[in-house]
Amino acid sequence: MENASVEKVMQRYPKAGRDSLIPILQAVQEEQGYLSEDAVVSIGRHLRIPASKVFGVATFYNQFRFQPRGKYHVMVCRGTACHVKGSLRVLDMVMKVLKIEPGKTSRDKLFSLEVVACMGGCGLAPVVNINGQFYAKVTPMKLQRIIEECRAKERANAKG
Amino acid sequence: MSSVTIEVNGRKVEAKKGETILSALRRASVKVPTLCYLEGLAPSGACRMCVVEVEGSANLVPSCSFPVAEGMKIKSNSPAVMQARRTIIELLLSNHPDDCLYCIRGGNCTLAELAQEHGVRARRFRGAKNRREKDMSGPSIQRDPEKCILCGKCVRVCEEIQGVSAIDFVQRGSKSMVGTAFNKGLNVSSCINCGQCIMVCPTGALHERSYVEEVMRSLNDPDKIVVAQHAPAVSVSIAEEFGMKPGTDFDGKMVASLRRIGFDRVFDTSFTADLTIMEEGSELAHRVKTGGVLPMMTSCSPGWIKFVEQFYPEMLPNLSTCKSPQQMMGAIVKTFYAEREKLDPKQIVSVSIMPCTAKKFECARPEMGRDYVQDVDYVLTTRELAELFRMTGVDPATVEPEAADTPFGERSSAGKLFGASGGVMEAAVRSACFLLTGQELAELKIEDLRGLKGCKEVRVKIGDLEIGAAVVSNLLNARKLLDEVKAGRKDIHFIEVMTCPGGCINGGGQPIGADIEAIKARMKALYQIDRDATLRVSHKNKWVQRLYDEYLGKPLGEKSHKLLHTRYAKRDVMV
Repeated sequence: MENASVEKVMQRYPKAGRDSLIPILQAVQEEQGYLSEDAVVSIGRHLRIPASKVFGVATFYNQFRFQPRGKYHVMVCRGTACHVKGSLRVLDMVMKVLKIEPGKTSRDKLFSLEVVACMGGCGLAPVVNINGQFYAKVTPMKLQRIIEECRAKERANAKG
Repeated sequence: MSSVTIEVNGRKVEAKKGETILSALRRASVKVPTLCYLEGLAPSGACRMCVVEVEGSANLVPSCSFPVAEGMKIKSNSPAVMQARRTIIELLLSNHPDDCLYCIRGGNCTLAELAQEHGVRARRFRGAKNRREKDMSGPSIQRDPEKCILCGKCVRVCEEIQGVSAIDFVQRGSKSMVGTAFNKGLNVSSCINCGQCIMVCPTGALHERSYVEEVMRSLNDPDKIVVAQHAPAVSVSIAEEFGMKPGTDFDGKMVASLRRIGFDRVFDTSFTADLTIMEEGSELAHRVKTGGVLPMMTSCSPGWIKFVEQFYPEMLPNLSTCKSPQQMMGAIVKTFYAEREKLDPKQIVSVSIMPCTAKKFECARPEMGRDYVQDVDYVLTTRELAELFRMTGVDPATVEPEAADTPFGERSSAGKLFGASGGVMEAAVRSACFLLTGQELAELKIEDLRGLKGCKEVRVKIGDLEIGAAVVSNLLNARKLLDEVKAGRKDIHFIEVMTCPGGCINGGGQPIGADIEAIKARMKALYQIDRDATLRVSHKNKWVQRLYDEYLGKPLGEKSHKLLHTRYAKRDVMV
């Protein structure tokens, strides 16, 4: 099934050359949420680019991830305004609580972390986005509470 | 070609129009340091070590990638240039481990040399260093990314010379490193173990997997019979490790030195090169006569074999089923020789001295042995053998030459030619002519097959048969030829492929720092050996004939098939 969606994307680029690499990577990530090993190899075959080069290009950009997203996808803004308002401490805290680095997914597959440059909410800095929902003026303590709430919800779901 | 006049440090210099400043300066004997420059490839301008001052230009100019122009005024050692170069070195050192005392490239490191030359005497920039895991997974090549200065030469050689691209830059900025797809180990990557990356690495970031310790242990074990074999290209290069000029042949001296450090028997891989000719020649004749798969491709070069298994699995039937000379020697040592000397094969430690890193991978292939005994136990590169000699205090330069042991010590000079690109073909043509017509070639030397050219083709008339022969070295050239064959080219019957440019004389296990002149000298040395030899054709090697009479039967016979031939399979790696 996974490969089918990669194939589908590549059918949209039948005569593509290496200049189409990034749009294809973006489209595949759009479909699957991340770039799997199989996807990287198939894209490379399609464009006649070695897998190491595809991986090299993809790792150059922050937007690509190589693990599936977690159930809760946490985006921490590290733009200028958020930085001034202390987003580094927020990010450090998330990394400590979730025990993952940006771009990675926790082992229980619940959480994934992404660092973004600006989400356009500078007036509300620092901003965090979890599954599309914005959290404004986040402090490390506040975010820790939000994450705990997500966890509690999952525990309740598991019992029920 | 028209020329331009430039001024270098106040001196008038003639330069060719269109050439780079660097090339003009080097010809004028002006030394310009480089870290990322690779002769023959497009410049990448990454390291900025080669910067010079050009009058009228606001910034320093990288000489490796800047063309000369009429009247250009260049300063190659002005204060600004010296300052810039020195700062580059200091910045590189700020993120480099301080373990030069233990480094495999101690005494042979471009970065350390440049630091010395530019008078860097202290660590000026201090800061957090990147911590990176070593990749010790490779069967032939190991990586230490902390020592990598990101010059990118390995990446370019892998892509632009070998057409493999197992490695590339991953991540960005201060996190940049050279790695494989998904940062996996080299052992599961598309790396073909050729070691050309080691040859261009300016630091100790890339090196061979060493077996010096294991070999030492075997040499000191009284219950083991340690047998050495040495490849044709080692004797003409190892002298360089001991300060002799390139092209000095240390054949006898190396054999004597091997005995001095405790090897019980020393055989010559050129003997099994002769044997390979008998088997491979017969295989080619058989394929031609019976309409088998053509063109047949040689199978001596293990990097090439892995290349076909990964990239051209549909062409595996084209590969000769012959094992490489190293593996043939390993097989007959642990069977015929063990029986003859009444030894248990498990008692024999078979050590192979090769100019090659891929041979380490080859000897560990599971099909290369029988009854849980490997045919070849350890492979040492030319560099490792030199290390072993130095460690044990043996200087081959001062040792009286000795001959290799019977029964696998005698060789024809055709077998010796295997060390240079075109040599296998030349040896094969010499013997094919005799095997098919019963007559020797009038002129044994085949000029068109010699030299460092990456692609050589000849048409040979043997009796009423005309054979198209192609010789390629380096795998980008091989790729081009394979694509032509796949596209329907039919006039080639036999293809010799050597993984390394120029063949084994330029292998990934050879002394580091050799330039093109040194490679030419090694090649010339092999041709000289051939010119001086009395036995110049493989089929007249008496011990090869005796091996067939006493043990193997006939070429392609049942025993040969079991011991000297192998098979290949598609290899699933990330390509």
